[in-house]
Amino acid sequence: MFEVRLHGRGGQGTVLAAGILAKALVAEGKHVVAVPQFGFERRGAPVAAYLRASETPMRAMTNIYEPDCVVCIDSSLPRVVDIFAGLRAGGTLVQASRLAPQDIAVPASVATVAVCDAVGIAREVFGRPITNTVMLGAFARATGFVSLEALERALEETSFRDAGLAQNRRALALGHAHTVVHRVERREAA
Amino acid sequence: MNDVVEKTALLADPAGERIVPGTDTAVAKKAPRILVCDGNEAAAWGVVLSRPDMVAVYPITPQSSLAEYVAQFVADGVLDAELVEAEGEHSVLSVLHGAALAGARTYTASCGQGLAFMFEPYFRTPNLRLPIVMSIVNRDGITPQCVWGGQQDAMTVREVGWVQLFCETVQEVLDTIVMAYRIAEDRSVMLPVNVNHDGNYLSNGIVRIELPDQTEVDDFLGTPDVNWHAALDPDRPMGVDPLTGGATGPGPALFVGYRRGHCEGMQNALRVIVEVHEEWARRFGRRYAPLVEEYRLDGADHALVTIGSMAGAAKDAVDAARDRGERVGLIRIKTLRPFPLDALVAALDKVRAVGVVDRAVSYGWNSGPVHQETLAALQHCGHRIPCLSLIGGLAGADLTQTHFERAIAETAKLLDAPCPREPVWLNAEDR
Repeated sequence: MFEVRLHGRGGQGTVLAAGILAKALVAEGKHVVAVPQFGFERRGAPVAAYLRASETPMRAMTNIYEPDCVVCIDSSLPRVVDIFAGLRAGGTLVQASRLAPQDIAVPASVATVAVCDAVGIAREVFGRPITNTVMLGAFARATGFVSLEALERALEETSFRDAGLAQNRRALALGHAHTVVHRVERREAA
Repeated sequence: MNDVVEKTALLADPAGERIVPGTDTAVAKKAPRILVCDGNEAAAWGVVLSRPDMVAVYPITPQSSLAEYVAQFVADGVLDAELVEAEGEHSVLSVLHGAALAGARTYTASCGQGLAFMFEPYFRTPNLRLPIVMSIVNRDGITPQCVWGGQQDAMTVREVGWVQLFCETVQEVLDTIVMAYRIAEDRSVMLPVNVNHDGNYLSNGIVRIELPDQTEVDDFLGTPDVNWHAALDPDRPMGVDPLTGGATGPGPALFVGYRRGHCEGMQNALRVIVEVHEEWARRFGRRYAPLVEEYRLDGADHALVTIGSMAGAAKDAVDAARDRGERVGLIRIKTLRPFPLDALVAALDKVRAVGVVDRAVSYGWNSGPVHQETLAALQHCGHRIPCLSLIGGLAGADLTQTHFERAIAETAKLLDAPCPREPVWLNAEDR
């Protein structure tokens, strides 16, 4: 079982990203449950989506409280939401940020930090900061849990309200290519 | 409107024939098409497969995306139906009354406050014996403000006379919508059916599902014949909805005939629901308990009674408790109306205590509606057993395995202590 929590803001496509990731993982033979956190549909408001993947069928249609991985597709969100709540020890953070991974403050539960300048890439590709497919590329790069090919095929099965397939393909590829992954080394106390 | 454009392209028949899902000649006949979608999209595909002649809808959270999917399917030619975007739910169902009386197979979906606004024609639908299928994407009631899941809407209307089915999974949502037409249009039933799926967790929960083959569904459903008994048809003039009673009326017997006939139709539905689920399992390979599901009741001392999507996490909790050596099982109610008395009594007879988990409130009884229904059924059991009310999952609140482990522990206490009168509020401490 692998549990992911995606954080973003309304309008960035967080919930859609969970659906695309679900399609890709199912195509790779996994069982998936993806449930969005429920909130009013307001542009800019914090939103979250949960995704659970397993080699065996799952029955529980529930939220996720102890994720293995947190994907944050908005750079300013960690200032207003505790994106690390419940993250399992040895967990992974995939963060949209221009900072170097070493410069991102993370709690002790985080073992891997991956960063991607998703806003910069999205501005170049879409002309606005819609970061969802960029960060799916970053997630694939950081975790290796899903292949880029499966995500590309999942994009082809998705219709996008604000952009075309070619743009999203490019965003995915750029997100994958421009993600820096850093393993956190913790010094033992003397 | 995810996926619709691409799917439509995939579904287009190269010969230019009617565009229908599952008829791709490149696909082997028995190979199902796989979708990764949420419960609202699954419901919309169930509608597509059922080929209604007319759909009328008004959007309301969390039903809205279902209405949008159906509208998109009509716009794309995936569903060949007349779509009425009415100005409100009262008109939605009134439109469908006329359509059904004119012989159309019909569909709508609503929930919560939308259902409340629909109540006047909703009340008349079963009395007119119109086999309309309607999804309720279950939503809790206001006030305070709430657009989230909960079954207060469906529970509040459970005495109106519709058949009420409650789904556990996204796949079951799709399958049950198709089955609902067979049940509704059965000549011994001729009643409207609500297919309930929980708002949020089923309406927006995404999983892998299989799309049945259209030609096989056509064969399963047969040709609709929905107004042989009550019609607005110049070639067959008849009185529909006559005035009863009064000084010059036909006397009480006519009204009694309507009410008794309605009750008989509901009782017939118990048999038809079982038959239709059995045929579905035979044709499509997916078997659902039609009335009441018994899960790990063998050798059980106590059991939870559940309804709707909560059963998934509840079964995980039962498995965990069984692994610890606890003798616990689960009962899931699929059919709430007509009430599956014999099936529930047969399940209750196997245990010595039950805890009923409701996703709605019975204000009058300080418990939950399904708890009250279970208490009524216990009157028919061979032995008297304690029955605890637990209420959770209101207004979109999550019901996790942890909540059900507590529910199991509270139910186990009944084996050697008196049953509390107060309900257990499962989310009372969740912040």
